[in-house]
Amino acid sequence: MSKLDSKIPAGPIETKWTKYKSTVPLVNPANKRSLEIIVVGSGLAGASAAASLAELGYKVKCFCFQDSPRRAHSIAAQGGINAAKNYQNDGDSTYRLFYDTVKGGDYRAREGNVYRLAEVSANIIDQCVAQGVPFAREYGGLLSNRSFGGTQVQRTFYAAGQTGQQLLLGAYSGLERQIGLGTVTMYNRHEMLDVVKIEDKARGIIARDLVTGKLERHFGHAVLLCTGGYGNVFFLSTNAMGSNVTAAWKAHRQGAYFGNPCFTQIHPTCIPVSGDHQSKLTLMSESLRNDGRIWVPKKKDDTRKAVDIPEEERDYYLERRYPAFGNLVPRDVASRAAKERCDEGYGVGTSKMAVYLDFAAAMERYGKTEVTKRGLHNVSKEEIIKLGKEVVAEKYGNLFEMYDKITGENPYEMPMRIYPAVHYTMGGLWVNYELMTTVTGLYALGEANFSDHGANRLGASALMQGLADGYFVIPYTIGNYLSTDIRTKAIPTDHEAFVKAEKNVQDTLDKMMNIKGTKTVDYFHKKLGKIMWDKCGMARNEKGLTEAIAEIQALRAEFWKDVRIPGTQNEMNLELEKAGRVADFLELGELMCRDALNRKESCGGHFREESQTEDGEAQRDDDNFSYVAAWDYNGGNYELNKEKLEFEIVHPSQRSYK
Amino acid sequence: MNLTLKVWRQKNASDKGAFVTYNAKNVSEDMSFLEMLDVLNEELVEKGDQPIAFDHDCREGICGMCSMYINGRAHGPQNGTTTCQLHMRKFKDGETITIEPWRAAAFPVIKDLVVDRSSFDRIIAAGGFISVNTGNAQDANSLPIAKKDADDAFAAAACIGCGACVASCKNSSAMLFVSAKVSQLALLPQGRPEAATRVLNMVKQMDEEGFGNCTNTGSCEAECPKEISLENIARMNREFLFASLAGA
Ligand SMILES: Cc1cc2nc3c(=O)[nH]c(=O)nc-3n(C[C@H](O)[C@H](O)[C@H](O)COP(=O)(O)OP(=O)(O)OC[C@H]3O[C@@H](n4cnc5c(N)ncnc54)[C@H](O)[C@@H]3O)c2cc1C
Ligand code: SF4
Ligand code: FES
Repeated sequence: MSKLDSKIPAGPIETKWTKYKSTVPLVNPANKRSLEIIVVGSGLAGASAAASLAELGYKVKCFCFQDSPRRAHSIAAQGGINAAKNYQNDGDSTYRLFYDTVKGGDYRAREGNVYRLAEVSANIIDQCVAQGVPFAREYGGLLSNRSFGGTQVQRTFYAAGQTGQQLLLGAYSGLERQIGLGTVTMYNRHEMLDVVKIEDKARGIIARDLVTGKLERHFGHAVLLCTGGYGNVFFLSTNAMGSNVTAAWKAHRQGAYFGNPCFTQIHPTCIPVSGDHQSKLTLMSESLRNDGRIWVPKKKDDTRKAVDIPEEERDYYLERRYPAFGNLVPRDVASRAAKERCDEGYGVGTSKMAVYLDFAAAMERYGKTEVTKRGLHNVSKEEIIKLGKEVVAEKYGNLFEMYDKITGENPYEMPMRIYPAVHYTMGGLWVNYELMTTVTGLYALGEANFSDHGANRLGASALMQGLADGYFVIPYTIGNYLSTDIRTKAIPTDHEAFVKAEKNVQDTLDKMMNIKGTKTVDYFHKKLGKIMWDKCGMARNEKGLTEAIAEIQALRAEFWKDVRIPGTQNEMNLELEKAGRVADFLELGELMCRDALNRKESCGGHFREESQTEDGEAQRDDDNFSYVAAWDYNGGNYELNKEKLEFEIVHPSQRSYK
Repeated sequence: MNLTLKVWRQKNASDKGAFVTYNAKNVSEDMSFLEMLDVLNEELVEKGDQPIAFDHDCREGICGMCSMYINGRAHGPQNGTTTCQLHMRKFKDGETITIEPWRAAAFPVIKDLVVDRSSFDRIIAAGGFISVNTGNAQDANSLPIAKKDADDAFAAAACIGCGACVASCKNSSAMLFVSAKVSQLALLPQGRPEAATRVLNMVKQMDEEGFGNCTNTGSCEAECPKEISLENIARMNREFLFASLAGA
């Protein structure tokens, strides 16, 4: 059988998962106690998986590189989480969430996986509420919803602009409960640096204790990578500073195929770059597009202040180009439209690489509603705006404050300036329906896998996927593997495979420390980021990508000759940690460019300039590219394998949001 | 602008540590405080020195990882702001800035400005949860919750676990942190069944970790970057008293 068996269960789409669950082999409780599972990562995917598996009775070890599992990057998610609850009675259903996600992903995701995701979405909300996640509520005491891009129903659950924080703290509390019970052992400030394979199965990891610098060997019957996305390959992104590809990349080098590496999401609404010192970019949640209107001046190089530009001289370009979805078009579409306006010279702010996100109309509209609600009379315009501001503050207060702190400007008084930034990676380790990679016993969950979002992720769907994978999918699918493994005793870590793996890691660390060159790690990271942003960013073409590959190879060679890492290995050494991550990004960047070069069509976040419609929309090529590109590392020669996508339910068509 | 920085350097937990003075030149107003340190660290590495170690990750004021005591205040001069969200426009040209780690017996220094806050995790593990296994839940809307209670629970749940409350308290008390979690769960109907055991277990763990007693000075609330309210401490005290009397 080909390595790329997606293992989608047979039968009608509505029954696949139910049937799978009721027929999958189980592991009896006594056996579970002697089966050990390693979970790398404590974000939504990792924390929910570790807690749920421990509840089932498995022995779990969980790892994260931060000082506490609660700090995983999921904590920063702002806007919300989707679920097909149809609490608003606005026509939502499992099918509609499934359909929106497949379409939003520009028909590059697997139907079977996406349907399952939509199916379990409702259980996630139940689970979170039971854990004490304080979602926003209406006055009647029931849960509140908002809209996100790419949909026409209200299915997004939220907790102000801190949804990721509240969901992660929920999952973290479940994880801590298991830690307290002794069923999960937690390893904070540990970084996984390799997968250990024995007889072609993943049987453990090598991790570095980031406080002492010591390398450790850990055995597991199965290994789960829940290590997040790789957006930081661009240096500047909305990801946390530590987010990295290392775990996934080491797995890739050990034989796990990498799926669709070039599929990157550029988020349309982020705070623009302010100077060379910039270390990261800050997202302004998509939820703001519920109420904010995006515009640029109709005149090129208009230097007037936003408030001085009269209504008729403003170009609300999303509303103009996409009347059906307006400001709520999907992210890829909104980002490209902003780039197009700025490239044409209509951008605003000192850099001219920004557009306005304006809340004036929303404040007035909400103000008027409040006036009616409260039965007020003879209210002045200022009064109305004041009331409207209060409503806006309740919805987005923390985001407005964050904007003010970073830019020193008050978004209640003037529109925000925003520009697209790297945000999420749809690509990741290739996994089958059971979330297993091409290495037996090695799984990938959450943003680290490639699975459900195709070429573009819809807003509020990453939190849903991470928790679906961890709470509701892996607890079942892992049984199918471990039920065959109950006779395997824990393998002692003096086994030669562990010894060899540790030595490899040690050799790489020695090599890096001994370069003693002249340039800092950030020097290389910034250079790589610039190549990626210019040539493998929002628009890509054959010439640029070919150049980028050569440039990255040269930069990588320079890194291994000239990087300087002060200090020693046997202590906390933050530069060494960064160097290891950048070394892996320098390989991943090349693979992303190769994948982008291979995919000659435009789809979702991947825009090949050679493939566009007359009015500049992405032009897919289903005849030639309706497949998942799954790359085999193959000693650095990167071999392409294709998993053909079959669409039985949703028929691919030119995506239109007009 | 140009600044003088007095930074606490400490090689490891057993080292005594001392202040070292650095000059930060050409600092832009638009830089964040951590970006200012990034630039200094780049210079240190170029000179072959060890960069200043500090904890940080999200740089968006939400993960709770950054933790610097700046000019005698946890997270620096701007109220309601984490170190990573503090920007240099809050400082003046020529100023001297003193930067220290959190200081508390329950937060031992690991290196430079990095401290060990795992005691917070152990307090949560002792009771900061609702015991509900995956799959046990009923429909999310089956139990309406008054908006006010939900909002109050959310306000308490906004704690990022940074430890500034402990660092700024003269007794190194962790009451604000612990009470925020106790309150959040006590305010929600889902959290009521375990309310009594939760508060007792969490307080017990807090004491075992070596945090000091609360003497109501209120500096925790004043310095908390998420403006967690002292009302939470009052609520926890009530919960604690009630639980102790009930002999739970
Ligand atoms: C600013 C921002 C806002 C967002 N808002 C939303 C939103 O509103 N809605 C939505 O659906 N999605 C949102 N997203 C996307 C979403 O937050 C992420 O995709 C999701 O949280 C990823 O979760 P995860 O569990 O896969 O990984 P993460 O949360 O990134 O966790 C990764 C974990 O792996 C650990 N780790 C990584 N490498 C190693 C290693 N080598 N060794 C040991 N441990 C390791 C880390 O310590 C961490 O615990 C947002 C993303 C950003 C950046
Ligand atoms: S209560 Fe405030 S200061 Fe204390 S840990 Fe929470 S957020 Fe930090
Ligand atoms: S770095 Fe996350 S709160 Fe400051």
